[in-house]
Amino acid sequence: MSKEIIKIENLKREFTMGTETVHALRGISFTIEEGEFVTIMGSSGSGKSTMLNILGCLDQPTSGNYEIDGVAMKDLSRNELATIRNEKIGFIFQSYNLLARTSAIENVELPLLYNSKVSTEERRERAVKALEMVGLGERLHHTPSQLSGGQQQRVAIARSLVNNPVMILADEATGNLDTRTSYEIMSLFQDLNRKGITITFVTHEPDIATFSSRTIVLKDGNIIQDYNNNNIQSAAEELAKLPQENH
Amino acid sequence: MRILNLLKIAYKAIVLNKMRTLLTMLGIIIGVASVIAMLAIGEGSKESIRSTISSMGSNMVTISPGTDDRGPARGSGGDVQTLTLDNYETIKEKADLLSYVTPVVNGGGQVINGASNWPSSIYGVNPDYLEIKAVGLQSGSMFTDAEVKSSSKVVLLGQTVVDNVFPDGQNPVGQMIRFDNIPFKVIGVLEEKGENTFGQDQDDVVIAPYTTVQKRILAIDYLNQIMASAISEDDAQEAVTQVSEILREEHKLLDTEEDDFSVRSMEELISTFSSTSEMLTVLLVAVASISLLIGGIGIMNIMYVSVKERTKEIGLRMAVGGRGSDILMQFLIEAILISITGGLLGVLLGLGATVFIEKFLLWPTSVALYSIVVSFAVCAVTGIFFGWYPAKKASALDPITALRYE
Repeated sequence: MSKEIIKIENLKREFTMGTETVHALRGISFTIEEGEFVTIMGSSGSGKSTMLNILGCLDQPTSGNYEIDGVAMKDLSRNELATIRNEKIGFIFQSYNLLARTSAIENVELPLLYNSKVSTEERRERAVKALEMVGLGERLHHTPSQLSGGQQQRVAIARSLVNNPVMILADEATGNLDTRTSYEIMSLFQDLNRKGITITFVTHEPDIATFSSRTIVLKDGNIIQDYNNNNIQSAAEELAKLPQENH
Repeated sequence: MRILNLLKIAYKAIVLNKMRTLLTMLGIIIGVASVIAMLAIGEGSKESIRSTISSMGSNMVTISPGTDDRGPARGSGGDVQTLTLDNYETIKEKADLLSYVTPVVNGGGQVINGASNWPSSIYGVNPDYLEIKAVGLQSGSMFTDAEVKSSSKVVLLGQTVVDNVFPDGQNPVGQMIRFDNIPFKVIGVLEEKGENTFGQDQDDVVIAPYTTVQKRILAIDYLNQIMASAISEDDAQEAVTQVSEILREEHKLLDTEEDDFSVRSMEELISTFSSTSEMLTVLLVAVASISLLIGGIGIMNIMYVSVKERTKEIGLRMAVGGRGSDILMQFLIEAILISITGGLLGVLLGLGATVFIEKFLLWPTSVALYSIVVSFAVCAVTGIFFGWYPAKKASALDPITALRYE
């Protein structure tokens, strides 16, 4: 049996908005094992982004337990959480969040700058390798404004990979992209998953979910569905089926 | 390693915003430069006053007769006859803080050599005079104590007098001249001293034994002044007190009576003249300091805007593993880099301005090392101080709050 990367138990998250308390998550439990490709689905307001932020240690649950790789997150200090984010998690955002006017390679190097164990040479080497992995080996020195949306998201993916994280968390990573580019990105995620990287992907597009191995559906802060996908579609094949664009 | 990476990050952020950084620095640059230039002007004028006065003999002590307060109307200091040769003898004997003492009697008159003549002042002194005034001889020699005793008719001339009564450029030493129709033999020429700060020509003098001047020219038996020099500059002030005590005793003054003489050291003269220029310096520096402070506020302003504008970036940096302390350090380093670079440029500009003022405006300047150190330190401290608050604010943000900031 492969090991558990994520284990959450009875996770709750409440926000206080003035006098009202909003229950974003109402006691959620699940585990994700190494090598899984999980999509978290749900309409907006279902709590899926809150879920992902907690998984990414960007936000703290109100109550409940959360373990990454066997380490409980509850008792960690701000600095220790920063180290976890730095070493164990690769986070990908809907809006890419690249540093403007900064080259692709420097954007990818960013997480390693906060890791004092990595030397300057190793940092550059790993950043180049990560960019090659996402197919941008030729565009190391392009700045975000010189790259297309899909390419920018690839840079963001390279950035999430560069620290060799135990898992990648993606928050609507294809949300700002057209169908073709979305499929290209999904195909890239599938490649990475085949190499053994655990991926948790938040989306509200059902077709994206067909590319994953497991889908968790949230509604109003509760899990209403959690099923393994027996018929995983290949993003690369779907991409080939799309009608050719007329340029 | 970590700090090196943070330096790199901060450096990149600065380079990415060249124009903004430059404008921020401008405040600091101008502030530091003006502090340095203003202090240089202040120090320069102070030094020029000091050096002029020192050239007149820095440990000189002058004793003048005081005002006569026995009558209904007070006379001016020169008219009264409270200083006598006996006073001089006593001071010479008792004041052990003085190394040289000379009586001074002076008067004006016409120096005549053949067809040339020149109005000048004659000073009757003893041979100590040269030491006290710190003046040497160009040629010839000083008169001796024996010549003083015998009231010899010998004189030494200042260069201005020589130029005017020996227009042909002949050597005056050994020549005969007349001062107010009394013939004198020229035995030496004084070293040239030029004008002093107050525009007085120090070379327009004639020196003769005081006995000769007293008896043959002025026909008086009192003294106009007694000049002395303290054994060292540090002792000058104490020597003033000592001489005062001796003279009070000598003049048999009661405790309730005012001094009928005055004793002054050069130090007092220096401080009198320096205080005006010092006040001006303080004023100039105060104005310059305000511009330095405004430069500091400029840094705070930019750092504050920069933190707001880059909140999303801060969130991202935290999301990929930046700690609160890393963020704090990054912004602090940015602030320090800006203020230090601005400070250095300010020092260069200040030095440049000083050279300009000296060369083209012909004002005496003197760059004090402390002004560079102090203004640089002040600008570094303002940079850190004003950079701290926005940086602290940035570092305390929650990663998710920062990421969501619009």
